[in-house]
Amino acid sequence: MAKKLNIKDKYRLLTRDLDWEYSYEDRKEAFPFEEFEGIKITDWSKWEDPFRLTMDSYWKYQAEKEKKLYAIFDAFSQNNGHLNVSDPRYVNALKLFLTGVSPLEYQAYQGFAHVGRQFGGVGARVACQMQAIDELRHVQTQIHAMSHYNKFFDGFQDYSHMHDRVWYLSVPKSFFNDARAAGPFEFMVAIGFSFEYVLTNLLFVPFMSGAAHNGDMATVTFGFSAQSDEARHMTLGLEVIKFLLEQHEDNVPIVQKWIDKWFWRGSRLLTIVAMMMDYMLPNKVMSWKEAWEVYFEEAGGALFKDLARYGIKMPKYAETIEKEKEHISHQAWWTFYTHGHAAGFHTWIPTDEELDWLSEKYPDTFDKYYRPRWELAKEMEAKGERFYTKALPQLCTTCQIPMLFTEMDNPTLNSFRDTVHNGERYHFCSDGCKDIFEDEPEKYVQSWLPVHQIFQGNCGGPDVENVLSDFYRMNLGEDNMDMKGSPDEKRWKQWKGVA
Amino acid sequence: MPVHAMTPDYKGEVLDRLENFHGNQVVYVGWDHHLMFCAAFAYPVPPEMPFTALLNEVMPDAFGMHGEFEKINWEKTEWLLDGQPFIPQLDVSLADQGIAHKSLLRFQTPELTGYQGAGV
Repeated sequence: MAKKLNIKDKYRLLTRDLDWEYSYEDRKEAFPFEEFEGIKITDWSKWEDPFRLTMDSYWKYQAEKEKKLYAIFDAFSQNNGHLNVSDPRYVNALKLFLTGVSPLEYQAYQGFAHVGRQFGGVGARVACQMQAIDELRHVQTQIHAMSHYNKFFDGFQDYSHMHDRVWYLSVPKSFFNDARAAGPFEFMVAIGFSFEYVLTNLLFVPFMSGAAHNGDMATVTFGFSAQSDEARHMTLGLEVIKFLLEQHEDNVPIVQKWIDKWFWRGSRLLTIVAMMMDYMLPNKVMSWKEAWEVYFEEAGGALFKDLARYGIKMPKYAETIEKEKEHISHQAWWTFYTHGHAAGFHTWIPTDEELDWLSEKYPDTFDKYYRPRWELAKEMEAKGERFYTKALPQLCTTCQIPMLFTEMDNPTLNSFRDTVHNGERYHFCSDGCKDIFEDEPEKYVQSWLPVHQIFQGNCGGPDVENVLSDFYRMNLGEDNMDMKGSPDEKRWKQWKGVA
Repeated sequence: MPVHAMTPDYKGEVLDRLENFHGNQVVYVGWDHHLMFCAAFAYPVPPEMPFTALLNEVMPDAFGMHGEFEKINWEKTEWLLDGQPFIPQLDVSLADQGIAHKSLLRFQTPELTGYQGAGV
């Protein structure tokens, strides 16, 4: 009878020994994506496996978590858990999450499955394949966690279709498309390192603590269930960076450029989280500024100190990003408020208590620059003229966000940058987005900018209303417009017996 | 390098080239220090359109929602075209005075400081 294998041997047989020598095929043709980015790998065997999980233990472990998770979803549903949320406004943060973030989990699955095929080293391939399966599980569990809300609230019904088409969802979608269209090493620095290792805390902690503070047990439970996966993903992200930097010194400037790019792109993407924390959570966790200081400036600062020995510097634009923490949440929520007719969730004016909370959290900027906007909105609403803007905004070619960001040293002036490439003019919200374009213009000339696509007649029409209802599939008057007077609000009052 | 691609001399398809807009060009118009409007507006307009039509027929619908819009003295307004000082000619077409596809026009009204004087 064969000897029972110990875990280490089993791991080696089930991962490393899956590789083989190529006797009649050219190894370069088997891994065609490995060299074009300029990254030099001299020895794949130096890769330290970050997971050390075999498939059989992976299935067992995940299945146990899954059982617990779905038991809680069932209980949540049977007990009408949606009635325990703090305030129906909270549910709009979930709509944004389901349409903007959950489809990124699916894109992450696609991206990791791709690089999990393309790396020449078997250790890296196995790690990426496992992460791909995790990401697929995350998108599924998020959909299941939120499906309960779909029975009771508007705006959840067509999240996947909306992700592919709605103007503001082109921001997260194009972010991931950019990473997936890059080579496998850039993808790993973009998603594995910059996003999963450094920025993910700023996405998950705010949403999951936001859920906990607002009585949403389904989302909290999903968060816990994903947490152990996230820990593995962070380990992989860090391993990738260290491996690339240790393999060859020529890799250092390439990796630095990707870090600069993806930190900037990530900070732009997190604008929606900033606005969610400061404006969409009825019970606040902490301000965006505080979250940024804890999770980026302190944690990220320590990480970059650690990476300095490889010659890696803090991401470019870190100084701009530091100033932006005072502004971006306010600028973003004002944009959504004024485009509330074209959003797939509800928007509202913060309550007086919330305005005071914002003044307290942002003593240097809120009263001076942002409170007047809400005074104006209140004045217009009181006259029965709730403000909805009437024309479409200019978009940044790189991040695809409306050009809503201001100069950080002159916060009442929009920040405009442009460049001319092959006779065509392109516009950007920032130096960061402009530099990214100028480094690879042939990539970003292909940006599918929703406003231009509407003008070209590619999104139905003829009016914006037809685009919203037919092309985006928003139920107008239900999914969009102000929270006040919405069907969501009316139903909530009925359930709670409030007039 | 124009792009780090596997294919040599990779060229991307320019999605926003002029001929895709069915006879229109895109012109962006922004009002500096008036952030009631979060960003500059994008307008699809014919290149033959005279400036006066942009000013009097296109812009008032959205910009007119601002209480200061009707107080603007257009003769004293300062303009920037793609970042350079610019004096519009009212009866000349956009194209003939250098307002090209995806040009950005900004106007400044220093005597009007926005809602509550806060640049809103």
